Parts: sequence; C-alpha cells; structure tokens
Amino acid sequence: MNRDGVFNFISSILVLIAGLIIGFIILLISDASQAWPAFRTILTFGVGSARGMGDVLLQATPIIFTGLSVAFAFKTGLFNIGATGQFTFGAFVAIYIGIEFVFIPPWLRIIIMIVAAAIAGALWGAIPGLLKAYRNVHEVITCIMTNYIGMFAVNYMIINLGIFDQGRATTLPLPDSSNLPSLGMDRVFTEQIGNFTRYSNVNLGIVLAIVAAILVYIILEKTTFGYGLKACGFNSDAAKYAGISEKNKIVTSMVICGALAGIGGALTFMSGTGLSLRADNVLAPEGFMGISVAFLGLNNPIGVIFAGTLVSYLFLGGNRIQALGFSFEIMEIVVAVIIYFCAFVFLMKTFLAGKIKIGKSKKQQDIPQHDAAKEEEETE
Amino acid sequence: MYIIEMRNITKEFPGIIANDDITLQLKKGEIHALLGENGAGKSTLMSVLFGLYKPEKGDIYANGEKVNITGPGDANKLGIGMVHQHFKLVHNFSVLENIILGVETTSHGVLRMNEAREKVLALSKKYDFEIDIDEEVRHITVGMQQRVEILKMLYRDNEILIFDEPTAVLTPQEIEALMQTMQDMAAEGKSILFITHKLDEIKQVADRCSVLRKGKLIGTVDVADTTKEELSEMMVGRKVMLSLDKEKAKVGDTILEVKGLTQRGKGEKNALTDISFQAKAGEILCIAGIEGNGQTDLVYALSGLRPIEAGRVFLNGADITKAKIRKRGELGMAHIPEDRHKHGLVLDYTLGYNLILQKFYTKRFQRGGFLRMKTIREFAEKLIARFDIRSGQGPITPARSMSGGNQQKIIIAREIERDTDLLIAVQPTRGLDVGAIEYIHRQLLAQRDAGKAVLMISLELEEVMNVSDRILVMYEGEIVADVNPKDVTFQELGLYMSGAKRMTTGEGKTA
Repeated sequence: MNRDGVFNFISSILVLIAGLIIGFIILLISDASQAWPAFRTILTFGVGSARGMGDVLLQATPIIFTGLSVAFAFKTGLFNIGATGQFTFGAFVAIYIGIEFVFIPPWLRIIIMIVAAAIAGALWGAIPGLLKAYRNVHEVITCIMTNYIGMFAVNYMIINLGIFDQGRATTLPLPDSSNLPSLGMDRVFTEQIGNFTRYSNVNLGIVLAIVAAILVYIILEKTTFGYGLKACGFNSDAAKYAGISEKNKIVTSMVICGALAGIGGALTFMSGTGLSLRADNVLAPEGFMGISVAFLGLNNPIGVIFAGTLVSYLFLGGNRIQALGFSFEIMEIVVAVIIYFCAFVFLMKTFLAGKIKIGKSKKQQDIPQHDAAKEEEETE
Repeated sequence: MYIIEMRNITKEFPGIIANDDITLQLKKGEIHALLGENGAGKSTLMSVLFGLYKPEKGDIYANGEKVNITGPGDANKLGIGMVHQHFKLVHNFSVLENIILGVETTSHGVLRMNEAREKVLALSKKYDFEIDIDEEVRHITVGMQQRVEILKMLYRDNEILIFDEPTAVLTPQEIEALMQTMQDMAAEGKSILFITHKLDEIKQVADRCSVLRKGKLIGTVDVADTTKEELSEMMVGRKVMLSLDKEKAKVGDTILEVKGLTQRGKGEKNALTDISFQAKAGEILCIAGIEGNGQTDLVYALSGLRPIEAGRVFLNGADITKAKIRKRGELGMAHIPEDRHKHGLVLDYTLGYNLILQKFYTKRFQRGGFLRMKTIREFAEKLIARFDIRSGQGPITPARSMSGGNQQKIIIAREIERDTDLLIAVQPTRGLDVGAIEYIHRQLLAQRDAGKAVLMISLELEEVMNVSDRILVMYEGEIVADVNPKDVTFQELGLYMSGAKRMTTGEGKTA
C-alpha cells in the first residue's frame, strides 16, 4: 500500500474508534446498567454466527450501490444527494415487472428487472444532471426535489397500478421466482439454534455489488471516459481549457449514478425477506446512507464495499440492542453517531497528513529533487 | 556589526538539505539582494528568519546579540517586516484599516483612529505615496496595494524590511517608483532584503547581493563590482545568454486573423473594442500592456474559453469564431494559459496524465475506450527527457507536488509537442527564474524558426523587447500601437501602455 493508502486506512480506523467511544457514552447516559452488554452486541453480533455475517452482506448490498452512486458523482465534482429518489424509482420498476410480468421465464425476468431498474434510476438521475449542465441549477437543490417527486410519484403508482397491498400499505410481495438466487450461500451462512437451522437470506446481490464496485473502479481509473470525468471533477476550468465537455460529463455521470442507485433499489426488494416497498411519505434511507458510505470509503469504489459492510454491520448489531430495553431511537442515535464520526475521516486524514508532512511538502515545493534527477538525466 | 546576521544556518528536510551552512549578513541601511532560482532555498531561509522553521544548525544575531526567534511574533518584536509576493490584505477594508490591523489603537475597547490616521498620513507624505487612505483596498491598483503593505511595515516601525519579488506585478512606472522608495527608505537607515530574479533591478538599487544555489550560499558580492552576466552565472551555475541571439524572422503566410473582435466587459466599458490583427507564420507577435487591459479577454476569445460576441477569428483561413475548444486545437491552436493552476494543469493528476490533457481521447492513447497506460508512460518519459522536467517519480509524480517552474514546463512541453501552426503563450515565464526563462524563450524561438506563428502575451517589457518580432500594445481593450521592437524605446512603450500616447488609427491597423 502506498503512503496515501496508509493514511486513508489509519484515518478510517481512528474516526471509527472515536465514534465508538461517543456511541458508548450515549449508551451509558441512556441506561448505564445495560450499556456494556448493548455495546458488545453492536460490536459482535455481525460475527456472532455465520447467519449474522450473511445478513450483514445482505444488508450491505443496497448501501454499497447507493454509496457507489454518491462516490461516482463526487469524482465528477457533483454531490448526488438524489440517490434516494433514483433508488425508489428503480425499486418500483423492478417490483412492477416482477409482479406483473410473470410470464417471462424467471432468469430472464430477473435480468430484465435489474436492467429496467437501472434505466429508471438513470432517467431519474439525468434530470438533475441536465438541469445542472444546461441551466446551471445546482444539483443539490434539484436532487432534493426529485427525491420528493420520486417518492410521491412512486406512491401514486403503487396504489394505482394494481400492485398495492392495502393491508400493509406496501407493494404486493414478489413471487418467489422474481427473487434473486442465493447461489447456495444460504447454506453457508447459517445459524444453529437447538435443532433448528436458520438460514441467511444473502443472495446474488452482494456479488453484483462487488462486481459493480470493480466496474466503477475500472471506468474511473482505466478508461478515457473516466479520465475526462475526473478531470472535470478535479478542475473544471482545466477540463474546459482542454476541450473536455463538462456538460456531457455531468449528464453521463448523473445517468450512471442513477443507474447504480436504481439497481440498488431493485436488489433490496428482490431478496425474499418479505421486505416490500412502502407507499408512505418517507424517503428511503438507503439513499442518504449512501452518502455516509461514500465518505467513509473515501469515494474509492473498493473502499465503498468495506464501508457499506461496516455500516450494515453496525445497524444489524444495533437492531439487537432493542432486546436489552433500548428504544429504537437510541439505537439509531448510537449508530448514527458512529457513522457521523466516520464522516470526519477527511478531516482526520488532513490532520494526520499535516502533522507528518509539514517538512515534506515544504521540501517538495522549495527544493525539487534537482541533484539526483539532473545528474541521472545528464549521464544518460 | 550587522543589524541581522544569520550565521551558518543549516535546515534539513528528510532527504534534502534546504539550507546548507548559509551565512547572511545584513548591514544597517543597505539594500541587500537575495538572488536564486526557484528552489534555491530563499523561502526556507526567510522562513527560518521568521521563526517558522527551526534550523538544525546555526544562530541568528541581531545587532551582535544572539536572538531566539520561535515565531513571527518574535520577528516582529525585532522589527522585521515583510511584503509578500501575494499581498496579505483585507479587500473590503480601507487602506487605513488594513494598515492598523493587528496593532489597533483603542481606548476602552473602542477604536481610536485619529492618531493612527495622522501617523499614516505623515508616512505616506514622507515617501510620496499619494494614496487615499480611506479608499477600500479592492478599489485601488496593485501598485497601490503594495504601498499599503509597505506602509504596514513602516507603521510598525520595522527596521528590517523584506521584499519578496515585489516587482512581479508592477508596471514599469510603478517599478521605478518602488525602486525610488526603497532607496529612500535605505537612506533613512532602514535595512532592506530584496528577494528577486531580476538582475536589472539588483544592478539598479542593491548595494550587495547574496546568491543561493541548490541550498548553498555561492557568495555575497558588491553589486557595483559585479556584472549581470556574473550574477546570473553564480545563480544558475553556468553561463546564461541574457539576450536572445535570434536570426531575422522569415515571415510567411497569415496563420491567425482577427477581425473587429469586440466583447462586452463587466461594467459599461467594453472589455475589447474592435480588435483586428494578423499573426503570421515565422514571427513572434507580442501583445504588451499593463495587466487588466483586455489581454485576458482577448486570449479567452481566441482560445474559445469565452464565446465571441462580435467580430470574427480565422485560423489558417478557416472561420473558428464559433468553433469549440477541442476543434480549435485540432485545427492548429495550442495555448499556454495565463494561470497554470486554474487552466493549465489538473493538479490532482500525475505528470503523465497532465501531458495528455488534450490528447487522451486520440487513437494514440486509447484502445476501445481504455487508456493505453504503457504508451502514456513512454510518451511522458520522452517529454520529460526532452524538456528536462524535474520530478520526484517521473510520469507518476503528482503535479501538485512539483515546483512552479517544473509545473510550467509540463505545460510548455505539452503545448509545444502538439506542434500546431499557432502557439498562444500567455505570460509563459511568469514567476520563473532566469534559467527557466531563457529555456522557455528558446523554445518559443524554435517554434518561430520552425515556421509557426507565436502569439505571446506578456506584462514584462524586457521580455517583450527581447523576444518579439512585432509588438501590439493594448490599452483599455484596444490596440493602441503596432511597432517593431527595434524602432521603439522602453519609455515609448511605457507611454503607450499607460494610455498617454497612441498611434493614429491608420498606423495601428496596417503593418
């Protein structure tokens, strides 16, 4: 690992520790007697059993996708706070196809569901992209608006397009043949409780998430497209000077972000856990968690895989502490504090780098390594 | 006895010695020049004097007594003040407020400006500064802002004044005035350390000069006994040709033609008014003028960074008035931009990536949408060798970590390698040292001799006179003179630049 990589890793660990300490203090304030068991539960549940680990991966899938979506936008210099709307749109389209188009053979249907979700998310992401590129409307404003528009539009469509489950106020359950195959992973991630074996619902989704992260990495690092995209993100003036069309890059970038979030939406509800898309007036949290995940992963696609897994891990453990008498809200605060601290990872990195590099950067600016470099060149 | 003596200063950074046993002695009342290339260790030495760095070896003495400077506060107490290259002023404060900032006189927590006002007025009168001390700093010229910085030091009764490349931003007339001020202050008994690259200025005002090269003190000489050539040789370590030997231009066909270019400005005035000229193959056409007289607008219009409102531009006969930037490049325009950090480089990219900024999409550097990493590396290595770009890690060095001169070399290398018929070079040597300037001038000349048209925009009169084959002078968005450098004097150019004189319309448009 290079020097920068070391810094990234150390800073991520340090902010995580700081977050855990504050989280523990909140638990202490809330209920001192149960604080330690609760803290231990948060920390260890994910590794307590193979099923726990499987569930961590299952829950990580959507936020890895939204995390990738946000991270990708960041590389182009955009803040995609609209992953929520793109996620919801993708989820709806996939569910609709999964329920209504059962005449298509299952494997083909699953592919169509995912592709359609990607397209739906992409279209939804294109709106802020187009407005930013051609009308110079800030993407944060339009993303927030498209989040709400998306949520209400999807609610309307769920209720009026015949896939509404009135009893639960959600979409109807997906037929099992529309769910993602588990690839046998459910047999690996199990938990033995007495004579009873419980299986995790982990499925193909996590594999797709990892593949998506690798693809994003390749696009950003190895292609001319990624080169132009990052040039816009790093320095849009220089990109313009070099004749790279920023408008084009903004729109394409938002389309890709939308597609990623849309796929995340589809996979979330194709897991066979009985989870359905709710038709109420709440924005899907996965989109916003994508922001934390992207930050925590330092906007690096591979980092996002680990960050998504970590956040999922904390939430799964957090859910369990309700059994110890902590309210749902306390759990959310504790987990949020930990994640929130993680967002300081940039700050921590700058701080660390500043501590160590004062001498070094000065050296680089002031005295480029003339002597050695020059002599080498001269002897050639 | 010296008012300040830095004795045997050694400052090391990991892997490099920035200051190697440097002794700098400043006499009371002298102007002492500190000369050296970028990266020679001048800034490090000044940072040591200001207590920003603690040297490994060496001591500082003030009036013969050893002093311990641990921060800028200590330096201030010893009466050391500095005018930085980039001014440290609050733009929406008045001149007076800027001057007293940090040493405000108060009574019961309320500002008392009267005394301060009198003192500043007296100082300003003494040095003939003609400055309106109630004007907001953002409304006054760069030259005036520098006077505010000088007044700040004088107001604090600083005895040791450091000027860090003070003339880089000034017009010839302002430079003249600054030189006078420095001499006046020295005559008053103030001691001046004058950091610069410009040998003429050293010859003009400095008493002694210390030359640094690669962290070592090469020597301290009496300026009167030393020629410019000797000084530059001490600085660079080899003989430098101060004036370009150039053959007569072999002027060819028209490459760039501008007709009636007019652009609106921010206020009521036009940024550009009816600009017409031609740049021909085999000549270096130079646009001279004081900063902010439309040069930037002209370059933006020519390069496509800003759409053209009225008038037309032709490149090799093709109308490029509405062409996109990439198209202009493909039709034969290269552009060394004014601001290397804003436009010229993606600092977060590596050296190699910066070298392919306009070419990454061409067949040479990609296959099926994937960057050809090996080709890029080889291409970068070739240019690094050809243009002598110094970097820590070759093609994978982050551009941000490189020195200013080498960053500029990346851009020069990239734009010259494009081998276009027209090269627009905007202040290509800004902030660079003599060695690098000589190098860049030679490159521009080589382009000219290869039959390219070179359009150079420069604020440095010396450069204009030295390099160009023809000079256009811009004043308030218009071309006010079209002259041959052989037929014109510095003073005359200065008059054109300041708007005091202009050629009649007919004269300006022919030739």
